[in-house]
Amino acid sequence: MDLLTEFVTELRDYGLPISLGESIDAHEALILELIDDRELLREALALTLVKNISHRSAFDSLFDTYFALNSQVSDLDDELQNHNEDSKTSESLSNIAKSSKFAGGGGSLSQEELIEMLFMALLKGQTDKLNQLAALSVSMFAGIEPGRPVGGVYYLYRTLRNLDLENLQIKLKNALKSNTTSADSRLNERFTNDEATIRIEKFKKIVEAEIKKRLVDDRGRKAMAKTLKKPLLEDIDVMRASKQEMLELQQAIIPLSRKLASRLANKRKHLRQGRLNWPATIRKSMAMGGSLAEPIFKKPKISKPDIILLADLSGSVASFARFTLQLVYALSSQFSKIRSFAFIDGIDEITDYFNLETDPVKSFYKINTEANIMWLDGHSDYGHALSEFAKKWPEAVTVKSSVLILGDARSNYHAPQLEVLQKMSKTAKHVYWLNPEPKAYWNSGDSIIKEYSPYCDEVLEVRTLKQLEQFVNILD
Amino acid sequence: MNTENLFQSATEVAQGLERVDYIPNSKITTAVFLADRLKKPVLIEGPAGTGKTELAKSVAKAVEARLIRLQCYEGLDESKALYEWNYKKQLLRIQAQNLVNDKDDETWKELEQDIFSEEFLLTRPLLEAIVSEDRTVLLIDEVDRIEIETEALLLEILSDFQVSIPELGTLVAKRLPLVFLTSNNSRELSEALKRRCLFLHIDYPDMEREKSIIKRRVPEVEGALLNQIGEFVRSIRQMDLKKRPSVSESIDWAKTLITLGIHSLDLEVATDTISVLLKYQSDIDTALKELAVNL
Repeated sequence: MDLLTEFVTELRDYGLPISLGESIDAHEALILELIDDRELLREALALTLVKNISHRSAFDSLFDTYFALNSQVSDLDDELQNHNEDSKTSESLSNIAKSSKFAGGGGSLSQEELIEMLFMALLKGQTDKLNQLAALSVSMFAGIEPGRPVGGVYYLYRTLRNLDLENLQIKLKNALKSNTTSADSRLNERFTNDEATIRIEKFKKIVEAEIKKRLVDDRGRKAMAKTLKKPLLEDIDVMRASKQEMLELQQAIIPLSRKLASRLANKRKHLRQGRLNWPATIRKSMAMGGSLAEPIFKKPKISKPDIILLADLSGSVASFARFTLQLVYALSSQFSKIRSFAFIDGIDEITDYFNLETDPVKSFYKINTEANIMWLDGHSDYGHALSEFAKKWPEAVTVKSSVLILGDARSNYHAPQLEVLQKMSKTAKHVYWLNPEPKAYWNSGDSIIKEYSPYCDEVLEVRTLKQLEQFVNILD
Repeated sequence: MNTENLFQSATEVAQGLERVDYIPNSKITTAVFLADRLKKPVLIEGPAGTGKTELAKSVAKAVEARLIRLQCYEGLDESKALYEWNYKKQLLRIQAQNLVNDKDDETWKELEQDIFSEEFLLTRPLLEAIVSEDRTVLLIDEVDRIEIETEALLLEILSDFQVSIPELGTLVAKRLPLVFLTSNNSRELSEALKRRCLFLHIDYPDMEREKSIIKRRVPEVEGALLNQIGEFVRSIRQMDLKKRPSVSESIDWAKTLITLGIHSLDLEVATDTISVLLKYQSDIDTALKELAVNL
């Protein structure tokens, strides 16, 4: 199997939908042989294989594994002939790099000297030099242990920690500042800060690529691809998302809501035609000699659903509830009214927190500090929360309401108070229960989802962006 | 079918585009080059105002091709995108037949063949691009605006460069057009469409590219000011905004600064003119608040 086919297979394994035709396109692009540069190759393959921008980072990560850079270390000798300014260390540079490829400590070059060279290279923006220094830093500080099945995050951390990049960034900023002369010192401050950040980030990327390359050399690309495998954004389990993933998910909310909104609007428009509009039909028939060739219909009344959200904000499922709340509010133009309530064992209305505050982080902070969602001990009690809801806001649920309950139905063995939900489901148009737990765990331990489910139109497992998107599609 | 190659290399693409004042990056040149070589349409996606439509226009200009543009909108159908029978002309033809000779000199069959010939066909953009004798660039603009069912109209053209007309048969392209589709990503396009295209995502340009674009469009901008504009826009784009400034907005801003006779940017000028870059009041507030912070 050639490298490209293997690459495509691995991409499919990552979850990218690549058809045979697209794979053929990629091969054809390669056959042109006019692509001599690695970055061009990357773009050519991305053009033919990646049809969804959110899959691009997965593609890039795998591309770096499969089409790794040529070893910087072996190139050092030639490079150094051309860059001979730093005469005092240049002869030893390549030797050190080679001898200490996997060893921990450095040879004759000290940490301070390395940092100083790095600083100069960053300041002058010498890419070749940065590549070499990245290779050298990895040799000196990463302490790569051959054969260990790791993704390299720890090695990256170790290398960067030894280079003290925060300090370097400040130094770089100050040096850049003295180089430029601008009329406004405040703007200048900002610009140089941006520039320094960007340069440092770029260097981090180089180091990361270098580490990856060595791990690939060590363990082979297939094993490496397996270690690096991450779920695509739409498949990330919201409850287990890392901080970084959560951030990416947050950023995905706005574009997703735009997409969903237009889809919902479209669906309503095409759902059904209104009643026949007689006057208009006859008017139209004049043009065709009075034959009623083209009937005209009245525009249907668009009935937007009225949403009631009940969200469990207790620790175990809070991240999911917040996420869903944000999405629903981003979609608010598609609903006639949204009222939201948060509960743990007590329940409180939180609609206003969203209307007053545009920043969701602030709204959640306020909800946690101000809203009255705790009653006794701060452990979820679905029964009490539901009955309180029915008591305090009896007018909330109407025949037009779609009720969404977000939670894992883990009620800590409190009474479920089923009759409340039963009553609610009789009044409301729909009751949906979104459970962020894997289906396999339902009804185990204190989960009582089974008891509530008869009174819901549907009980759905919603743990990922994709599932949430599917759910919003059935909402009306 | 004529399958000439318009470009010999990706570098040639870059040179061609720069000649007509479009500054590409390597991603864009690779896309255009591959589109030409693999004879595949390019689907361009990206934020508004990053030069998606402009790319198609510039390619047309660079290779001196005729640009045929199909602007998509909701409710676009076959008769507006592909072809339509000119029924008025067909009616006239039938009536003329009746006038000339009362009785069946010509049979109905012949007449039918006559009125369903190319003479009575009204070509719409897609068909036009197929039958054109000239070198053509076909631009299908904002393809995400049509309904997902209508997308099917495009599929035959995109994969085989042909149009099938039931009464007439299949019309195959005489000269393969270079096809560009643009999308603002307001909805997910169908897999079938995406599969047939190369996918190019044009993001906001990096600072150097943006500076050269501004320099091309607003030649009066001097070195120092150009740098400051580039740096300022880059800084603004990093903020958490509803709508980040696009390239066309930074060009507008550069023009504004020139009109105001400014040679060097300071915070006051930036504050006064920021409404050219940002179009939402909440964004302006956010940006000003951020700018006021001392780093």
